[in-house]
Amino acid sequence: MDALLLSRLQFAAATMFHFIFVPLTLGLVLLVAIMETKYVTSGDETYKRMAKFWGKLFLINFALGVVTGITLEFQFGTNWSRYSAYVGDIFGSLLAIEATVAFFLESTFIAVWVFGWEKLSPKLHAACIWIVALAANTSALWILLANGFMQNPVGYVLRNGRAELADFFDVITNPFGWNQFLHVIPGALTLAGFFVMGISAWHLLRRNEEEFFGKSFRVGMWAALIFSVLTAAQGHLHGNEVARVQPVKLAAMESHWETQANAPMYLLQIPNFGGEGNLVEALPVPGLLSFLAYNDPSAVVMGLNDVPEADRPPVALTFLAFRAMVGLGTLFVGLAALAWLFRNRLTQVPWLLRALVYTIPLPYLAHQFGWIVAEVGRQPWIVYGLMRTSEGVSPIAASQVAVSLAALTLMYLLLGAVDIFLLFKYARKGPA
Amino acid sequence: MILETIWFLLWGLLWAIYFMLDGFDLGMGTLLPFIAKNETERRTIYNAAGPFWDGNEVWLITAGGVTFAAFPAAYAVLFSGMYAAMFLLLFALILRGVSFEFRSKVDSQAWRRVWDVCHFVGSFAPALLLGVAFANIFRGIPIDAQGVNQEGLLQLLNPYGLLGGVVFVVLFVQHGAIWLAIKSQGSLHDRARATAIKTWPIAVLGTVLFLAYTAVDTMLFNNYLENPLLLAIPAGTVVALVGIRPALGAGQMVRAWVGSAAFIVGVTMFGVVGLFPALLPSSLNPGWSMTIYNSASSPLTLKIMLGVALVMVPVVIGYQFWVYRNFSHKITDEHLDYEEAY
Ligand code: HDD
Ligand code: HEM
Ligand code: HEM
Repeated sequence: MDALLLSRLQFAAATMFHFIFVPLTLGLVLLVAIMETKYVTSGDETYKRMAKFWGKLFLINFALGVVTGITLEFQFGTNWSRYSAYVGDIFGSLLAIEATVAFFLESTFIAVWVFGWEKLSPKLHAACIWIVALAANTSALWILLANGFMQNPVGYVLRNGRAELADFFDVITNPFGWNQFLHVIPGALTLAGFFVMGISAWHLLRRNEEEFFGKSFRVGMWAALIFSVLTAAQGHLHGNEVARVQPVKLAAMESHWETQANAPMYLLQIPNFGGEGNLVEALPVPGLLSFLAYNDPSAVVMGLNDVPEADRPPVALTFLAFRAMVGLGTLFVGLAALAWLFRNRLTQVPWLLRALVYTIPLPYLAHQFGWIVAEVGRQPWIVYGLMRTSEGVSPIAASQVAVSLAALTLMYLLLGAVDIFLLFKYARKGPA
Repeated sequence: MILETIWFLLWGLLWAIYFMLDGFDLGMGTLLPFIAKNETERRTIYNAAGPFWDGNEVWLITAGGVTFAAFPAAYAVLFSGMYAAMFLLLFALILRGVSFEFRSKVDSQAWRRVWDVCHFVGSFAPALLLGVAFANIFRGIPIDAQGVNQEGLLQLLNPYGLLGGVVFVVLFVQHGAIWLAIKSQGSLHDRARATAIKTWPIAVLGTVLFLAYTAVDTMLFNNYLENPLLLAIPAGTVVALVGIRPALGAGQMVRAWVGSAAFIVGVTMFGVVGLFPALLPSSLNPGWSMTIYNSASSPLTLKIMLGVALVMVPVVIGYQFWVYRNFSHKITDEHLDYEEAY
């Protein structure tokens, strides 16, 4: 294997691992902030215990989010140095801004929150967790604007052999990045909602601390209900944006080969792994693909046959990941609606509670699938239309990358296992 | 060139602040197996870094991010060129970070011992690696005409690089010992202070050796010879170093810490100013060095970034200062009994 392939594998491993922890951080921090605010406004001690219990799980998760994030920042330079030199003018500054406006706030105030329960007034203490929530979401915005630039480069000029900043305003209002942001945050809240619901359901099944977990369940239920709908709705709009700026990715997401107006969507479709076309296309709904992509059933949707093979992303993977994400997204809306329907007699529907326990990992999968769509579907470009992934890689020996990849994988597997073990341990233990 | 020069200095300053702040966390972690005699003392060390270490580490992320944003070509050469060293640094920092969170989560002696080892390795290795890396930058790295660094991990370990590594470890250990003395009481406090006092002559010796070797092995002094006014920087640095000792002797630990902090900042800025205008001098051909002329971002980016930095960095310093003040107390049993403590 060459340094390119190994670096791609390493980047995929490192980001996907980072993104196991990030969505819970983004979502749960808001739920904890809401719980603590309820405590401050109502004086109800249960909410304080809730903030502490869910806050502890938040912190165990947060630790790995932090340490795996450092890897990513290093990796642009270690493995993608040509890319870094080419777009650093724009991309680098977004990362630097992320660190100065978000990471500092987040890392500083989370510590104040942890160590400050007795030192600060309840209001000031609650303010700390809101600052952390704000900072976490700000950090997501900047990193997604950076990723948005890779997906849809705007506000640049090609000068001095690199992409230089021409219009900062264009870069920070990049509609692609904002679309991602508005999809990732609700996705994160969906994940956090199901996380809180699932763990609460596990305890409710055992009749532990019914008041505590009943109240927790409600917080999770509302988050899951509201944000699973928003995630799906915004996902559709996001798809429109993809269709507009990355028609090749859209064609890969749908494994759509023939350019045509009034393009149908097949309810049963199996891509031809490795080859062209589809193995199975059955149950067409005429015009549905055109409608979903462009809000117009007669619109022309470009097919992959019109794209030179060298410019196509891996189709089957993009297609399957997209279907899986959308399928899961639909399931979440349904499950959240069920939880809402039965919210007042949860203990009478143990099957639902059990299902919710097993649902906990699914939003994680949905997030991973979503990123596979976004990043694999962008191939062969590292910056869409500007620079190929193969041109971005560092001039380093494959052997070096092989060693770092092996070491990173081993370390991440071990630390990931420890972290998940601790999450299980503290989730089971229940509140203090 | 004024923008590039400002960014060059800011770049150096960010690294200096990182060393000054995380330096004491890394120093305490390095001391952990040697100075702590029992579980209470070990926990005192973790909690003395408790509310600070993560915020301190972000200075590293920012220094890296600013290298990327302001001097992307230099960032590219530095990180890919020191590939193996960067990954070692990264792994060490990962171990250090998780050891804080994981250590107290399972009530078992063996479990805690594992994370203590990780904490030590994760503190000692970054101190050493950062020193080795910076010494090699001061000395010049083999960057070729294509802007590719031809150096492997082993070549980094030349005598001057190793001396740099040792000096960093000594400085951080002294800095950490002083911080620990500030934050602890009783016999741990006494031992921490004694350690700082014992480290001081080693720091002096290391500094003298390093400066002498620097004069022989690097071009760093050229800028100072051309512009003798700049000699105020090394002079001030030496004054800070000398000032640490009487403060330690008198038991004025906060003053000693300030001296040690000023010393670390001074050492870093001494090197950075000596490098100017290169961020990464090439040892093969000075024309192939990465300098503010050939690796800086566009003026527009530098201007926007400067705006952000001028507003945000003082704000960050402000709230971090507030946190330091709020948690400046000594770690007592009461703090160790606190349920959220490490
Ligand atoms: C709980 C998680 C989750 C759920 C339920 C969904 N998504 Fe999603 N999706 C993500 C989490 C996610 C993500 C956060 O992982 C991604 C990766 C990149 C991004 O911006 O968001 C994503 C990407 C992503 C993309 C690719 C965009 C790109 O190329 O950048 C599209 C078109 C959609 N989503 C559309 C949908 C639709 C139509 C859904 C219908 C139910 C849906 N998503 C559910
Ligand atoms: C955190 C969620 C993310 C995940 C799970 C993710 C996943 C991936 C995957 C699977 C690849 C490999 C694609 C391939 O080579 O076939 C990749 C590549 C890459 N991604 Fe992401 N990504 C994420 C976010 C980001 C963000 C926010 C950025 C930029 C700010 C980014 C920048 C890159 C770069 C530079 C590469 C390497 C070049 C390439 O293969 O195209 N990623 N990512
Ligand atoms: C969708 C993509 C991503 C999101 C939403 C995201 C968000 C987050 C969050 C919430 C944290 C923990 C907060 C913290 O430590 O302050 C974090 C940590 C971090 N992330 Fe990501 N991240 C993403 C991808 C990336 C990528 C591609 C990079 C590479 C530049 C990156 C760099 C970092 C760094 C350096 C940290 C550690 C910060 C610290 O020590 O405090 N992240 N990220």
